[in-house]
Amino acid sequence: MSGVEDDFEELYEHAPCGYLSTLPDGTIIRVNRTLLELTGYDPGELTGGMRIQGLLAVGDRIFYETHFSPLLAMQSVVREIAVDMRRADGTRLPVLLNAVMRDDPGVIRFCVFAATDRREYERELLRARQRAERSEAEARELARTLQRSFIPPALPEIPGLQVAGAFRPAGRGDLVGGDFYDMYETAGGWALALGDVCGKGVDAAVVTSLARYTLRAAPIREPSPSAVLSALNRTLLRERAGRFVTAVYGQLAPVGHRFRLTLSLAGHPYPLWASGDAVGEIGRPGNVLGLLPRVRLSDVDVDLAPGDAVLFYTDGVVEGRRDKEMYGEERLRCLLGASRAMGAAGIAEAIVNEAVAFQSGLPRDDIAVMVLKIPS
Amino acid sequence: MSVMVRNNVRVTGRPDGRPMVFAHGFGCDQNMWRLVAPAFEDDYRVVLFDYVGSGDSDLSAYSPERYSSLQGYAQDVLDVCAELGLTDAVFVGHSVSAMIGALAAIREPARFGALVMVGPSPRYIDDEGYVGGFSAADIEELLESLDSNYLGWSGAMAPVIMGNPDRPELGAELTNSFCRTDPEIARRFATVTFMSDNRADLSRVPVRCLILQCAQDVIAPVEVGRFVHESIPGSELVLMRATGHCPNLSAPGETIAAIKAFV
Repeated sequence: MSGVEDDFEELYEHAPCGYLSTLPDGTIIRVNRTLLELTGYDPGELTGGMRIQGLLAVGDRIFYETHFSPLLAMQSVVREIAVDMRRADGTRLPVLLNAVMRDDPGVIRFCVFAATDRREYERELLRARQRAERSEAEARELARTLQRSFIPPALPEIPGLQVAGAFRPAGRGDLVGGDFYDMYETAGGWALALGDVCGKGVDAAVVTSLARYTLRAAPIREPSPSAVLSALNRTLLRERAGRFVTAVYGQLAPVGHRFRLTLSLAGHPYPLWASGDAVGEIGRPGNVLGLLPRVRLSDVDVDLAPGDAVLFYTDGVVEGRRDKEMYGEERLRCLLGASRAMGAAGIAEAIVNEAVAFQSGLPRDDIAVMVLKIPS
Repeated sequence: MSVMVRNNVRVTGRPDGRPMVFAHGFGCDQNMWRLVAPAFEDDYRVVLFDYVGSGDSDLSAYSPERYSSLQGYAQDVLDVCAELGLTDAVFVGHSVSAMIGALAAIREPARFGALVMVGPSPRYIDDEGYVGGFSAADIEELLESLDSNYLGWSGAMAPVIMGNPDRPELGAELTNSFCRTDPEIARRFATVTFMSDNRADLSRVPVRCLILQCAQDVIAPVEVGRFVHESIPGSELVLMRATGHCPNLSAPGETIAAIKAFV
């Protein structure tokens, strides 16, 4: 064995990392040569009553007091703390600190590893991560803004009829989905539309937007709901949208204290009609839009009386799952029956809340509902 | 979510004793009181808790809006007091919790009978005619320091630990297992803490007040302790032999004795 490695003084002074020992309050009592070389201080300069806190940059000093000291007191050992030390010439030395606290005698021993390159790399990673987080936040905000454009900020005020809509995006709302609804005044009364574009993301959003403005413009030329939906079908094929759409479209006209609802369905779940004690489906099935050049669609009239409520919804409501169990239309019927005495907004809220709660608060698909209610 | 779970509330000591509530500061959790709180269990009903976002609190209850000011944290204190039906409590607050306790006492004085402030500072950043000890740039540097030290928090491990609170061994393998928290929340708490200015609230503290001031405390220097003492009418100031910012860990005996002498 070579004698030089038996010399503990030599092993300590010229170790490949800085050594620094302090009293429990941080007063420096011993340092090795390597630390002096790393920091550029003269022998004796650090051990004349200076505390390790004074060697740190100010921000790191706060970190030392609020995190490092408590950790060390509690677990007697702290590892891999990244701080900057102030060199004698005022420049900064990024270091990693490991420390152990020995109670008897009361002393803290530090290993000081110079980590300039590693810290610069970590800062780069951190900056990249912050950029990624910002982009993600922007994308989420964009998705939400876009999504908001698929539903009107307010529904029209209609004398003698309450209307309400509600929407809940899938998951945490990071992805723009394809559900939409709309309601607006027309020459003979009001029109309403609710639909679901297959898929998610930007491509689906483009089609949703296309569907929404097509449905707004079509009634100028098309007389009936089925004709309006056929027009949307032609547009989807002409624009090569590449996605199919399910929708329900209805026209509402006041008739005394009642309203006549004429509606057409295109591959969409039947709206539910609560009248008296009964809850039933309305409409006749029709083809989904955007797949076939010719679609079979029909119009159905329903006369709504005071006390009646009609619910339009997308499949996200009934296809929500808890484990393997689906929410299902039966639960929705019961809920509508039980809540039909409420106002339109109350019914819409109750349905969305229950559908979301059924899926433990994180719906797998978008949920859109519209409710019409004629007050008794 | 009950407040007891949300704030990881632990109640020990004499059930019929006067309540003593210990509140941790920025950087750690109720573990900060592990050497002090037991000394009061014979005579007091001892209450420990974690602020939402710290320790074993329910992180899902954290909202950046609610906790965008110290008032949000004061609401946590008042929620815990209401849940336990506390009145005339001795509130012992470390670091930023001293000010949080003051805000809570101003809002609901009947809950509190006395306030013990350990290392308080009503404002950390220097101002005209006021020495807080730091510049705005220093605080920016602290935030960078926090970014570089996630203290055993990694995206991969966090869900494992948070999802298995009954299996602490999963977390024990991490290097720094105490005082672990979500770095994003820590950053926000740091900003709220070090950007706060509660100097105007001090004169409105409605209860007896003890200020424990350490020597060589870089977070809350002795000038700041004196400022707090002079601003709270009738307060007592004790200059401790203990050094640093955490006498509850570094000098528990002296801390216990000072609190006992006061109450």
